[in-house]
Amino acid sequence: MLIYSLKRLLLAILVAITVSFISFSLLFLAGDPAIAMAGEGATDQDIENIRQLYGFDKPVLVQYFDWLLRAIGGNLGESFYFKTPVVHLIAEHMPVTMTLGAMGITFALSLAVPLGVLAAIRPNSIIDRIALLISVSGQALPSFWFALVLVVIFTVTLGWLPASGSDTWLHFLMPTVVLSYYAAPAFMRLTRAGMLDVLGSDYIRTARAKGLTTKSVFLKHALRNAIIPVVSLAAVQFGFMLGGSVIVESIFALNGAGSLAWESIGRNDFPTVQGLILVFALIYIVLTFLADVLNAWLDPKIRIG
Amino acid sequence: MTNIVEVENLRVKIPVSAGMLNPVRGLTFEIKKGETLCVVGESGSGKSLSAFSLMKLLPKIADISADKMQFMGRDILKMSPSELQNMRGNRMAMIFQEPMTALNPSYTIGNQLVEVLRRHQNVSVKEATERAIYLLEKVGITAAASRLSQYPHQLSGGLRQRVVIAMALMCGPDLIIADEPTTALDVTIQAQILHLLKELQEEFEMAILLITHDLGVVARMADRVAVMYAGEFVETGTAEQVFKQPVHPYTQGLLSCIPVPGKTARGSRLGSIPGIVPSLIGDMRGCAFRSRCPHANGACHNNVPLEKWSDDHFKRCVLDDTALTSIAKEAIA
Repeated sequence: MLIYSLKRLLLAILVAITVSFISFSLLFLAGDPAIAMAGEGATDQDIENIRQLYGFDKPVLVQYFDWLLRAIGGNLGESFYFKTPVVHLIAEHMPVTMTLGAMGITFALSLAVPLGVLAAIRPNSIIDRIALLISVSGQALPSFWFALVLVVIFTVTLGWLPASGSDTWLHFLMPTVVLSYYAAPAFMRLTRAGMLDVLGSDYIRTARAKGLTTKSVFLKHALRNAIIPVVSLAAVQFGFMLGGSVIVESIFALNGAGSLAWESIGRNDFPTVQGLILVFALIYIVLTFLADVLNAWLDPKIRIG
Repeated sequence: MTNIVEVENLRVKIPVSAGMLNPVRGLTFEIKKGETLCVVGESGSGKSLSAFSLMKLLPKIADISADKMQFMGRDILKMSPSELQNMRGNRMAMIFQEPMTALNPSYTIGNQLVEVLRRHQNVSVKEATERAIYLLEKVGITAAASRLSQYPHQLSGGLRQRVVIAMALMCGPDLIIADEPTTALDVTIQAQILHLLKELQEEFEMAILLITHDLGVVARMADRVAVMYAGEFVETGTAEQVFKQPVHPYTQGLLSCIPVPGKTARGSRLGSIPGIVPSLIGDMRGCAFRSRCPHANGACHNNVPLEKWSDDHFKRCVLDDTALTSIAKEAIA
C-alpha cells in the first residue's frame, strides 16, 4: 500500500511538472506577452522595457525555472487587470467554487448511488425507468436552461430562494442542484452497471447460499465492489465541477474562481488565467492521487500486492 | 435411516426467447442422513440446476415446481424468503465449482467465515473466530489463525476451496450440496479434497449431494448414484449396482469413455458417445437419448418411465430385460 501510494505520488508530481510547463507556456501562445502587457499605444521602447523588467529576453527554460521557483514560493505574478497578486485573487475566489463543488459532488453522489443501486436490484422496474429518465434528461438538458427554469420557479414564481450572490447557504442551493444534476447521471449509470455486473458474480451467489440477508448481500457484498469505479469518477468529476462551474457561477452571480477565469480570459489577463489553470490542474492531480489511494484501500488486490 | 431430503417430480422451467426451456424434467429422489448421493451427467444435463433449485437459488424467472420437495420434513417450496435465508448456509450449505471466484475479493477469509455463523447463531465474534480456526485446521490449512486476516487473492485455488468447504461447515449443516467441487482443481488437489470431504462427512454426519461429470469422483464418493441425461434420471442405484452392472445404454456409454487399468488394451480406442444432448426447449416425447443410442428402436418414441431393474436399481429404457442383460454383459466384458 505504501509503495503503491509512493509510486502514485511520484507519478502525480511528474504530471504536475508537465502541467506547470504547459501552463507557463500558455503565456507565449498568444504572441509576445510584452506587447500584450504594454497595452495599446505603447512605443517600442516601452515594450523593450517591459521585456527586460519581466525577463522575457532570457532563454525560455530559464524563464520557466524562475517562474516555477516563484510559483512554488507562492508568487504567481500580478494580475494585469487588478494590479494585485494573482495568489490573492485566487484565495479570494476559490472558497466559493470549492463550496459549490463540494456541495455539488456530495449531492450528486447521495442522489445517484442509491438510485443506481435500486435500479440494479430491480432492473427494468419503475425505479429503473425513473432513474434512466433522470439520467437521460440530466445529460440532455443544458445546465444554463435548467438553471433558468429553476430561477423562474423558485425565485420568480415562488420567491423561496435567492437567485444571485453567495452570502448564505440558501444561495448555494440552486447552483448545487444544477451542477450536480449534470454530474449525477454518470454516477448513476456507473453504479447501476457495476452493481449488475457484481450481482451476477459467483461470490454474490455464495453470499446468498450462506443465507445472508438481502441487505447484507446488496450492501456489504455487492456495493463495496461496485463502488470502486465510482470513486475514480467522483474525483475526476469533482475536478471538473471546480473548473467547469463557469456557467453556473455566472448565472447565479457567484463570485467564484470559475467566473474569475472566464472574465480574465476576456480581459487578456494572462497571469490570472495562468495561475488559475495551474491551481485547477494541481487540485485535479491531488484529487486523482487521492482517488487512486482510496481505490487501493478499497481493493485489497492493490492494497496487498 | 431417515430421509433428510425427499423430492418428487421436480421440474424447472425457464422461459427463453425460443420458447420454454425444460432443463429439469421430473426428478424424484431422496437423500438419507449421512449418505452421499452423486448426480452424474454431461454438461447441460441439468444437474447443477437441480441442485440450485433445492436451495431455491435460481433466478426469479426460473419456475420451480414439484409434487413434493421436503428438507428435514419441511416443504421448501412453501418457505418464505426469510425462512429460506435461515435454512441456507445453516442446515443446507453449498460448495461451489469455482474456488477462484466464489469468495468475495474485498473481505478477509476470517470476515467471510465468521459472518455465516454470526448470521445463523447468536455467538460472539470471538466464539465464531474460534470455530473458524478450528474448521480451517480441520480442512487441512496450516497456521489457520494467521490465515484469517488474508484475502482470497493471497491463497491458491486448493486453499480457497478448503476455505469454501470450511465456510459450508461453519453452522454444522445436515446437507452439503457440492457442485463439481473438484472440477477446477489440479488432479493431486482433487484427491485431497475428496478425501477431506469423506472424512468430514463421517465426522459431522452430513449428507452430501455431489454433482459431478467425473465418474472417477463418483466411484470414490458415492453411496448411491443417479445418472442424469437431458433433465431426467436415466438410471439410479447404489454405486456398486451402477458400476458393476450398468443397465442403461447411456451409463454404459459413459463408462466406456474411461480407461480401466489392466483391462483397456494399450492403443485401443476409448469409447465416446456420438451426437449431442438434444434441445430441451418445448415439450419432449420419448427417450431423450434415442438419437444417440446404438440400441434405439421404434418403441423409443414413447415416453419411458423409470422402472425397477433390481432391488434399488432403476432404469429408464424400453428394452426388455433379456436384451438389456445381454447388452450389459457386453458392456462390462
